[in-house]
Amino acid sequence: MNIETERVLSRVQKPARYTGGEYNEIVKDKSSVDVRVAFCFPDTYEIGMSNLGLQILYGAMNAQSWIWCERCFAPWGDMEEELRRASIPLYALESGDSIGEFDAVAFSLGYEMAYTSVLNMLDLGGIPVRSADRPSLTPLVFAGGTSCINPEPMADFVDLFVLGEGEELDIEVLALLRRAKREGWDKRRFLQAAAGIPGVYVPSLYEPVYNADGTLKEVITAPGAPERVKKRIIEDLDTAFYPTRAIVPSTEIVHDRVVLEVMRGCVRGCRFCQAGFAYRPVRRHSTEFLLDTARAALENSGYEEITLSSLSTSDFKGLPELADGLLSWCEPRKISLSLPSLRADNFSMSLMERVQKVRKSGLTFAPEAGSQRLRDVINKNVTEEDLLRSCRVAFEGGWNSLKLYFMLGLPTETDEDVTAIARLAGKVLDTWRQYAANKSRGIRITVSTSMFVPKPHTPFQWEAQVGIEEYLRRVKLLKAGITSKSITYNWHEPHVSFVEAALSRGDRRMGAVIEQVWRSGGRLDSWSEYFDFHRWMEAFRVCGLDPEFYVSRVRGEGELFPWDVVDLGVTKSYLARERRAAYQGAVTPDCRVKCMGCGANCLLERRACDE
Amino acid sequence: MNRLLFEKVGRAKFISHLDLMRTMQRIFIRAGVEIRHTEGFNPHPYMNFALPLPVGTESVCELMDFDLTGQEPLPGIPERLNAVSPQGIRVLDCYEASRKFKEIKWLDISAVMFYDKEIPGADQVQALITGPELIMEKRTKRSSAVVDVRPLIHSAAVLPTEGGLALRARLAAGEQSLTPAQLISAIAGNAPAFAPDHVSFRREALYDSDHVLFR
Repeated sequence: MNIETERVLSRVQKPARYTGGEYNEIVKDKSSVDVRVAFCFPDTYEIGMSNLGLQILYGAMNAQSWIWCERCFAPWGDMEEELRRASIPLYALESGDSIGEFDAVAFSLGYEMAYTSVLNMLDLGGIPVRSADRPSLTPLVFAGGTSCINPEPMADFVDLFVLGEGEELDIEVLALLRRAKREGWDKRRFLQAAAGIPGVYVPSLYEPVYNADGTLKEVITAPGAPERVKKRIIEDLDTAFYPTRAIVPSTEIVHDRVVLEVMRGCVRGCRFCQAGFAYRPVRRHSTEFLLDTARAALENSGYEEITLSSLSTSDFKGLPELADGLLSWCEPRKISLSLPSLRADNFSMSLMERVQKVRKSGLTFAPEAGSQRLRDVINKNVTEEDLLRSCRVAFEGGWNSLKLYFMLGLPTETDEDVTAIARLAGKVLDTWRQYAANKSRGIRITVSTSMFVPKPHTPFQWEAQVGIEEYLRRVKLLKAGITSKSITYNWHEPHVSFVEAALSRGDRRMGAVIEQVWRSGGRLDSWSEYFDFHRWMEAFRVCGLDPEFYVSRVRGEGELFPWDVVDLGVTKSYLARERRAAYQGAVTPDCRVKCMGCGANCLLERRACDE
Repeated sequence: MNRLLFEKVGRAKFISHLDLMRTMQRIFIRAGVEIRHTEGFNPHPYMNFALPLPVGTESVCELMDFDLTGQEPLPGIPERLNAVSPQGIRVLDCYEASRKFKEIKWLDISAVMFYDKEIPGADQVQALITGPELIMEKRTKRSSAVVDVRPLIHSAAVLPTEGGLALRARLAAGEQSLTPAQLISAIAGNAPAFAPDHVSFRREALYDSDHVLFR
């Protein structure tokens, strides 16, 4: 570490997040590798290092002897100021080298509010933010992650997108980059060739054409580029890279524990849930793989906690066996096991009892909607009876803190549905009064609501968002319905959700807005310290775009969407069918009960879903 | 009681004391060296550090007490721990502790004082801190007092170095102490022109009241 960097670090908060040097960090000789990648996470170290995808891809890339992948995170404001004042470019943690010197700069885009940080990090690395302003082959700026399933808002800044799961795809792209470097290709030739790799979307090869009303008319595709880009998946999870030597941060991060991914995808099909459609088809790890991996990851990290990760862990077949196997190893070693993403319906007493032997944490359920009618509309197949039964089990077991998550502004929601949330919370309280093992410690029930954001590639992708004022009216209505002191009501600020709604279903013109926001000081927009609603609205105005067009407009069934170029397997006609079912209040059974033909199985070549 | 002598240098100097405790705990687990946990409602590994090290200060003389639960030979412990430590943390020795931390009375420090503009004369700075008195305002959370900290400086030497001045000093540690940062602010308070733009500190050695090396 040079003295300039050291000086800067001595003046900032929590400097350990900018030093690297953690246990299991990978350091290679830069002269002996062919491709250097700066893996950039557009949020803080504490958030980024908690991201399983980052740890997986860091390990997968570094497993190749010819790649050295290093990490880089968004600096907090004080660090950014110091870096800019000292003219120190943003650097990768392992080598301390500026990200501008790398062959590839790869961004993980998990949520829309991180977009401005992408521009800020590029700029801090001395890299022009617009793809068109980077004529040379390197640094190649590419991006992947969940929010790339609508790549268009970031299309002006990113040279290519990797769609779907990156364990194999990222390495194929980097192998091509290695060849291009060796053979002296220019950027254009490289991007043309990259477009031929399944899962790669090169935005500069696609030109959107708009109708007079602002909707998308057509997309002109350059010769050689696929009309639609099909996302990549790992067919057999057990054979893909999974980290058992993950980096152990030397400073506290958000999820400071071993994360064990048990499966990908979800059998449920909740109609609001982007992840539920984006990660199909359902695939799982074998129990043997998971037990071996868990033991190795715990031994190599020294962590005293392990958590199972998936979209719906209750739906993991063989969960009791897995939990038993893990607990028999963990308990003697004082390692605790946590099981998030349990559904309220099949929450079993025995499983909970086994888990809480080591440590008891708070319980969270997400009924999402207060009335059965609305839960049917969104296909959240959990009944009030299920929820109250689970609560009863929890209260009898001695739990005395419960969180309930809901969304306001779901399609078809009425005032009756809103007040039903208060009634449901009241019934949970009654359940506690009736069944609590120990009432002397009281009960804390927390009800949280957020404003629903319609997302691309879901049955609600055609829907309008409810609007900030209407959301706040419903918040007030709900608040009036909650009278008990044991129930706390927290509502999330709707302004971030409004901007998120615009970005998530934005088209390529949104790039100008993102750039304008960044140029007027925007970054770290998922943090309330930095988010400025007015700055976003001003940027829309400057760019001549109406945010309501993206946020508050119900789309016609035949409308061509900017994200239609991305093929997730799930068909648009299936999503439309699900939307119609929502309006009829008709529930769709989970994939295990009956295959509804969503289309995701076409991504599998050698096996069926959920095997 | 078992004691570790370890260094915390380079990148690791930015690890805070709280984070260091967590990091040490994980090093022991990774090495498979079991240590005694505290009793009670929320058991945690028993680890006692001699003098908490400020963030940003290097040290080659950190001491930490713990108890092995097993009968493992102490000489093999450093190697096992070092194999699973992050960069910059290195265990130098592991032994049976015979003396109490409160016997630590003096601390050798070295520091490099960097100046962006004019570098003051080393002799003048040395004369200031080794003069008959060094008056400074010592602040605590509740009060502040004007005191002569000269008795808390056993010895000090200042030499020119690249970009600034190299300082070596033996300062009082323990209950009545003068931290290296306080020494720098005493210098700056008495002679603003001597105030450095940046200082990097390192703890070099610990001593008892008789100036015998403490270990």
